Amino acid sequence: MKQSKKSDFSIAILRVLIGWHFLYEGLVKVFQPAWTSKAYLLDSAGWFRNFYFWLAGHDKVLTFTDALNAWGLTLIGFSLVIGLMSRWAALGGMFILSLYYLSHPPFPGLSYLFPSDGSYFIVNKTLIELFCMFLLYRNPTDNQLGLQRLFNRK
Amino acid sequence: MSSYNKDGKKGISRRDMIAGLAAVPVLGVIGYGLLKHEQEKGKQQAAGLKELRLTAPAGVPPLVEGPVIRIGVVGCGGRGGYLMKALGFVHPDRIDDWENKAKTDPNMADYLHEFRQQEALNVQITAVCDVFEKNAKRAVKTGANAHRNGQQGTMGREPKSYHTYAELVADPEVDAVIVATPDHLHVPVALAAARFGKHVYCEKPLSWTVAETFEVRKVVKDTGIVFQLGHQGRQTESYQVAKMLIDQDVIGKVSLIEVCTNRNDPNGAWVYDIDPEANEQTIDWKQFIGPAPWHDFSLERFFRWRCWWDYSTGLSGDLFTHEYDAMNQIFGLGIPHSAMASGGIYFYKDGRTVPDVLNMAFEYPGRDLTLLYSATLSSEKNRGKAIMGHDAWIELDEKLTVYLDPRSTRYKDQIDKGLLEPFKPIYAYTPGQGSVDAITTPTEKYFAGRGLLYTYRDGKAVDTTHLHLREWLNCIRLNNQSQPSCNIDQAFEEAITAHMGTISYQEGRRAFWDPANEKIM
Repeated sequence: MKQSKKSDFSIAILRVLIGWHFLYEGLVKVFQPAWTSKAYLLDSAGWFRNFYFWLAGHDKVLTFTDALNAWGLTLIGFSLVIGLMSRWAALGGMFILSLYYLSHPPFPGLSYLFPSDGSYFIVNKTLIELFCMFLLYRNPTDNQLGLQRLFNRK
Repeated sequence: MSSYNKDGKKGISRRDMIAGLAAVPVLGVIGYGLLKHEQEKGKQQAAGLKELRLTAPAGVPPLVEGPVIRIGVVGCGGRGGYLMKALGFVHPDRIDDWENKAKTDPNMADYLHEFRQQEALNVQITAVCDVFEKNAKRAVKTGANAHRNGQQGTMGREPKSYHTYAELVADPEVDAVIVATPDHLHVPVALAAARFGKHVYCEKPLSWTVAETFEVRKVVKDTGIVFQLGHQGRQTESYQVAKMLIDQDVIGKVSLIEVCTNRNDPNGAWVYDIDPEANEQTIDWKQFIGPAPWHDFSLERFFRWRCWWDYSTGLSGDLFTHEYDAMNQIFGLGIPHSAMASGGIYFYKDGRTVPDVLNMAFEYPGRDLTLLYSATLSSEKNRGKAIMGHDAWIELDEKLTVYLDPRSTRYKDQIDKGLLEPFKPIYAYTPGQGSVDAITTPTEKYFAGRGLLYTYRDGKAVDTTHLHLREWLNCIRLNNQSQPSCNIDQAFEEAITAHMGTISYQEGRRAFWDPANEKIM
């Protein structure tokens, strides 16, 4: 797919912004050892709730999930910000975001204890960020604005 | 776009360099943001909870390996049955009953599942003793059910059923004895067991009279047996967290602790059902009376023994001791300087001699504090435990919440600047959360306020009585003179404190403790 330079640049900015969001979320969790996703998981609803309850209900699985989440966010964010292997990062980001979306799907009839920051019907910010990740996957910009550019020139 | 070096290979131009590293400064900004975040977090913690070291309770240590411990149970009624369940033994009829109910009742299914998941403690019940024939027979079947089966399942070896506790403690196939008799028989059984070198788990309260309290302490110490008093609250995590908060002086000077009992049903007031199979032929009445003053056979007295001083220690020994032991665990209170009690038989005018309303004030001038106990058996208005400090107060139950006092000296600056809100929880702990954390975000406040952070559905809620017995068994197996958390010294303090309250109530005067001569004055 041929892209204009202008769109490359704006997509690269989008990549850095999403990376920023992921990296900061990830690091805050990494630096807070007591952080756990347990309450969030137990608040899950929808078709896959039992899967999330299972994650929350087993200490070892939960520890693993928490670590994977914190470090996953951090590494994906780092990759997107600096522009290195960001297609892989985008895939990983889509995976994590789909897990978030499916644990708290904004469907009518489902209610959550965690206060929501807006009103949503099927589409919420998680879903939009997920599709932005898809856009990043389809339109790699590491060569235009990113560390990858330096490697490629060698 | 790109330049070529001398070898004709592509090189890195300045432009490449700029485009390649353009986003790197973002990392610096994020780093700065993170630093600010940490500082803010630190500031809030410093403001709210001065250098509080947030540590989760220690958890459960591993089960010590060793040979099977052979247990004799004296007193196999309600509490004795419960203790056997906590050891992993339930009558097969009850298992069948639970299984039937579990088909339609998910709560019962969970209950059964939890029981089956309960850790095996590597014990065998080899002997039982109960003065009521029916209880003894059921206890034999219960003790034989080593595999937690229903009637159709395989059973283990049946324990021997003894007519008297003296015979039971002498059995060489008994290593340790559980005492779950009425209060007036706790010490006689514990003494007999200790003198045979048998380890003892004794239900609370330790003793029925003051004199025997001294005797049992001496014998337990002289014989070196492992002794645990049955205050399973020692295993309650929220109490351990409270102790951590008090040790770290989070709530300021504590001058008043208020603990309560609020029950409002006949069962809670000790008016238990009378078994239709019970009569003079099926109950060994003389053995039941034991050291108590003689009274003619009475089914009411047998089943509702807690209502008479002749066999019971009343509210003070039966229910206050739970509250006292919790506070003794948290504060290391010890025996008070004085006790003042009042109350009466105001609701249950059924011939009982023990009061159904009791208020007691225990003074600790050396600690500058009062421990206040208030009990009623005819209202269920929940009054939790309240630990009142100058800077904050703790509301304590299974959960623990710390509320900030608006007149706090220590947190005045933080309150003035709006960093901390008075009357609001600044710290909360609920079992099952897995970790302890300061409440800093609105979400956490929201959850903690509703007690919902911790929907505990993974079947991991463990019975504290099971843990308490387990701790006792671990000490026995360690065989290195270690004693469990509610050891004979703690038990002595519990019993003397309760007796002081009772003496004050019965004699209508203030009772004092003379620590030098170890005497109640």
